[in-house]
Amino acid sequence: MGHIIEGTVLVAGVAEGPVLASSEPLSFWGGYDQRTGEIIDRRHPLSGRVAAGCVLAVPASRGSTTTTAVLLEAVRCGMAPIAIITENPDTFLTLASVVADELYDKPIPVIAAEGGFMSLRSGQHARVQADGRIVITD
Amino acid sequence: MNLTAGDLASLNGDRGLAHKMAMTILVRMLPAFGTERLLDITAAHIDSSLYQGDATLYYAEKLASLGAQVVVPTTLNVSGVDEHGWQRWAVPPEWADKARRQMMAYQSMGCKPTWTCAPYQESQRPALGQQIAWGESSAVVFANSVLGARTERYPDLLDICAAVTGRAPAAGLHLEANRRGQVLFHLKGIPARLQEDDSFYGVLGHLIGSRTRDKIPVIIGLDVVPSEDQLKALGAAMASSGAVALFHLVGVTPEAPTLAVAFGKRQPERETVVTKADLRLARQALSTARDEALDLVVLGSPHFSLSEFAKLCGLVSGKKLHANVRFLITASRVIRAIARQQGYLVALEEFGASVTVDTCILTTPMLPQTVRTLMTNSAKYAYYAPGLLGTRVIYGNMEDCVRSAIRGRVTLDDSLWDT
Repeated sequence: MGHIIEGTVLVAGVAEGPVLASSEPLSFWGGYDQRTGEIIDRRHPLSGRVAAGCVLAVPASRGSTTTTAVLLEAVRCGMAPIAIITENPDTFLTLASVVADELYDKPIPVIAAEGGFMSLRSGQHARVQADGRIVITD
Repeated sequence: MNLTAGDLASLNGDRGLAHKMAMTILVRMLPAFGTERLLDITAAHIDSSLYQGDATLYYAEKLASLGAQVVVPTTLNVSGVDEHGWQRWAVPPEWADKARRQMMAYQSMGCKPTWTCAPYQESQRPALGQQIAWGESSAVVFANSVLGARTERYPDLLDICAAVTGRAPAAGLHLEANRRGQVLFHLKGIPARLQEDDSFYGVLGHLIGSRTRDKIPVIIGLDVVPSEDQLKALGAAMASSGAVALFHLVGVTPEAPTLAVAFGKRQPERETVVTKADLRLARQALSTARDEALDLVVLGSPHFSLSEFAKLCGLVSGKKLHANVRFLITASRVIRAIARQQGYLVALEEFGASVTVDTCILTTPMLPQTVRTLMTNSAKYAYYAPGLLGTRVIYGNMEDCVRSAIRGRVTLDDSLWDT
């Protein structure tokens, strides 16, 4: 079984991998270990999970304005999620990918899934397409 | 896109490579901001100064090497190191070196070396209605809410693009229509004595932030007029547990003279009653330990103000810090210098406290591994320390912190919070 989410492209790209999803927003600063890809916000439901190599689905970032710098450093270290799906457009996560592109030619796809966000679950498999479509298989 | 001739000139590289890089990033960000145009800003506060690893340093040095210069008055947020005092703590020399290089890069762009997360405590304040581009979540919420200036919550790395070009996305809180309240928090039955206590504001902010996410909260039911330090603590807490960039405190903050004005013509999307019992739970959530031996007391997130120095001075004078506890205040260079002139530092040093400037415990690896339990009066420190530092944390007011530091064990006065 599967379905397709029609998302809005914020940074275009393709990626395919397991979904790591939560309905709780995440601050990368204080919430994400840029050297290991582990989610370290001990108050977050995904605490202890490693998001590197995953399609990370969180509704938004929150908290510190340093979130962008942490995600950028994670991209440099190869420890960022392979794609990020948010509910509405998120400027912090989008910016990290835009700057990763400008500095290192290493953008990661960032998609706003809007209504489709709620259907994302950890353990699903996602194929993110350059046109913003996300093909989900359970 | 609806760009001006000037924006297009920057984008084409007519104003140099730094302008081109900054404008390219700004323009690529417009879809995420949901706008097609930019507007002029007249001041900036840069959080990108914070060293987070080689990527942020490379970004800063690349902009600097391309000749970037800010075109509006620009202050700098905390850096990754206490430039002249890091040797007293556990900061690795390689980190200090790179963090200092990042500081130099932003200074070379013409930013003022303020190195503080609370620029409003010392530099010229933006005026009501002024368009600015600020980074640092606690400063953003203060500028929007308490001063009535207009800024989005700018991410690190984008704030400097705005400062270099003098332009920012015409979106979000820059626009009058987006500044009205969205959700209502109604305080009911909170005793005035509790409302007067500093720790009340961190707790209330923590509660509102965690229930608001990125909405604009409006608060009613407060019977006292909070001090500026209390408003600072309230906003910083909301901006930690949530993404709050603007709140309205009816009768206190400048865009909320009345409930009707705070909401414009709209109805609240949601009304939340806040009772003492709710606050008690929020207070408990800010601490991850109780009744333990204490390694460190740390005050000053956002950076300590002069009035906080004065208050602390009164609490510690003639007293002595417990031998097993370190007592740290994080502040800016300017406020520390004024505190010294006022004679506050002598009393603090006699007590056994020390002051770190330019940075804070969350942004520089200064704490030794032996610090396992820390106590603070800052909801922001309390929120982030467990994840960033792996420490246990206890939240209390300044009196609790001083009492515990003297005794060497966590000692909280719960009487204000009990039923």
